[in-house]
Amino acid sequence: MHEKLTMAQALNRALRDSLAEDPSVLVFGEDVGPLGGVFRITDGLTAEFGEERCFDTPLAESGIVGMAVGLAMNGMRPVVEMQFDAFAYPAFEQVVSHVAKLRNRTRGKVSVPIVIRVPYAGGIGGVEHHCDSSESYYAHTPGLHVLAPANAADAYGLLREAIASDDPVVFLEPKKLYWAKEEVDLTQPVPGIGRAAVVRQGSDATLIAYGPSVPVALEAAEVAAQEGRSLQVVDVRSIVPFDDATVCEAVRSTGRAVVVAEAAGFASVSSEIVARVTERCFHSLAAPVRRVAGFDIPYPPPKLEHLHLPSVDRVLDAIDDLQWEHA
Amino acid sequence: MTGDFDLLPADTPVQLIDPAGRPTGQKGYPLPGEAALLRAYGALIAARRLNDQAYALVRQGRLAVYPSSHGQEACQVAAAHVLEDDDWLFPTYRDTAAIVARGVDPVETLVLLKGDWHSGYDPVAAKVAPQATPLATQLPHAVGVAHAARLRGEQTVVMALCGDGGTSEGDFHEALNFAAVFRAPVVFFVQNNEYAISVPLARQTAAPSIAHKGIGYGVPGERVDGNDVAAVLAVLGAAVARARAGEGPQLVEAHTYRMQAHTNADDATRYRQDEEVAAWAGREPILRMEAYLRDNALLTDEQARVYAEAAEALAAHTRDGLNTDVAPRPDDLFDHVYACRTPQLEEQSALLADELAREEAQCTRS
Ligand SMILES: Cc1ncc(C[n+]2csc(CCOP(=O)(O)OP(=O)(O)O)c2C)c(N)n1
Ligand SMILES: [Mg+2]
Repeated sequence: MHEKLTMAQALNRALRDSLAEDPSVLVFGEDVGPLGGVFRITDGLTAEFGEERCFDTPLAESGIVGMAVGLAMNGMRPVVEMQFDAFAYPAFEQVVSHVAKLRNRTRGKVSVPIVIRVPYAGGIGGVEHHCDSSESYYAHTPGLHVLAPANAADAYGLLREAIASDDPVVFLEPKKLYWAKEEVDLTQPVPGIGRAAVVRQGSDATLIAYGPSVPVALEAAEVAAQEGRSLQVVDVRSIVPFDDATVCEAVRSTGRAVVVAEAAGFASVSSEIVARVTERCFHSLAAPVRRVAGFDIPYPPPKLEHLHLPSVDRVLDAIDDLQWEHA
Repeated sequence: MTGDFDLLPADTPVQLIDPAGRPTGQKGYPLPGEAALLRAYGALIAARRLNDQAYALVRQGRLAVYPSSHGQEACQVAAAHVLEDDDWLFPTYRDTAAIVARGVDPVETLVLLKGDWHSGYDPVAAKVAPQATPLATQLPHAVGVAHAARLRGEQTVVMALCGDGGTSEGDFHEALNFAAVFRAPVVFFVQNNEYAISVPLARQTAAPSIAHKGIGYGVPGERVDGNDVAAVLAVLGAAVARARAGEGPQLVEAHTYRMQAHTNADDATRYRQDEEVAAWAGREPILRMEAYLRDNALLTDEQARVYAEAAEALAAHTRDGLNTDVAPRPDDLFDHVYACRTPQLEEQSALLADELAREEAQCTRS
């Protein structure tokens, strides 16, 4: 069934369908109850499923995630919301010391099927602490799955799968993509956790992106096409587990690659992708794999963010740099 | 040892002037002097005017966002007025009025919300910490600042602000405990405005009051009518004096109300009733103070006009300041991350400069 939905609505639908299907699913966090969340992702869920299934907690992220661990140890499937990326940090201890490690600590006897939803990244003119790209902290922590959808259909499909998964998932929702309307058919399955997707075919070079950077990569490919260069775009979708096969096959097919990501580039998911692609595709590469990442700075204030965020021009500059003279 | 009962707050909040402007005659705290009350009244008028101005600036797109202080002016003004020049204030995003009442230029205060930079005033010169956005995280800092002053033998007191929601965060509890253990001269001042965005106080705590949380740490708690500026001045003034005398931290909870939505981006009708807001309008801080001052012939029409004009001038100054566009300085991105730029930042700054130069060249060509 085709319909027009925003990513925010698709996420809301995923939560609703999961709550309806599985009585062990619980949704909680700050302002997610009657208000429906500051981004309205949980809109209407308390009214529909009751205060026991979707509820506000005291204002304490460590408490939220810590309680989720206990609930998960005792048969529940908590889906918690961190209000903004940078407000998830008080929960960091619970995330890295317990959420990520309980399965391993207990040789698989205790699993904690928690989804931690994080509205993340910038491009919305938000003041400090509202625009962090925090994926690398989570991706660097073994034991967590880390997902970042870039469109409404993926947001729905990946969130449904994340909630059903027995492993904990950090689910990164690019805030700046919440409100764009798209034509979707939610009954159609999407590639699952651990799968990247080629979202634009191309033969000259491959752009690799995830979350908020996917639309930037697609736009760059569009501009490049007008200039006679054919760019392929891969949407990583699942940062952990990472789909080496799809990404590397794509890069081998073009022989050139640029990774686009908003987060500071140093010791980041984007550096990991460059390393993996270089290790695996070295003999197919015509040029070093390049990155267009955020600068290695704290996320800037609203009036300066345009200078920091990977822009279409910056992506095209990186593409220009891929040693075409040797082509 | 302090007895348990000395640590517990009274059953009802301290109130010196009732909502109709009549003195309550409550024992325990003397009514602040005429000069202090008039000064506070002037600051309340200025704070309300500034809040209205900020809302207008949000509508005009000159501020990215604005957390309202309407209704909480008595708390914020008193928190600033009880401090000496060398004391420190630790405000949150909501406390614009407190920062301005401390003497900071509102144009500098609003830099964060305007979006030019993360903080606009010089915290060390103003003795006002940058406004804290991550809730309660500033409270342990307040303890550290207070402890450093004590180590140096200085008489500094630190006024640390947070909201009712913030008291649920671990940092709130750790800060109280540290302050108590080190007898740090900190006044923890909680503006309980009944809500944390949409979440009512009942979802934050099952304690009889927020002030009751002090006893578990050995910190005395006090409750005050946060819309009675005389009472807030008296209670905070006593807490500051106590801290300065070396008797350690105190926790003060003010009962107040956020009359407007959480920020301009929030829709408060989704979670609270108009009747509730209307009831609080009757307990509003400015009308109460005005009634008291007029009843006691402390405020003349002439004086009231002077305050109104000063508030208007402050608003005009704020408007002018915020309507001035500050050209973004790209190197600001790289200059303040470390004491010296790293080689990587040098490289990135050069890359950006090159991009901008090429853009400029293109613009002049076309
Ligand atoms: C650690 C952290 N979590 C969440 C938020 C998002 N947030 C901003 S204000 C707010 C409500 C705070 O309520 P309260 O402490 O009562 O202060 P008030 O806004 O009412 O002044 C929330 C949840 C935040 N800023 N920091
Ligand atoms: Mg509050």
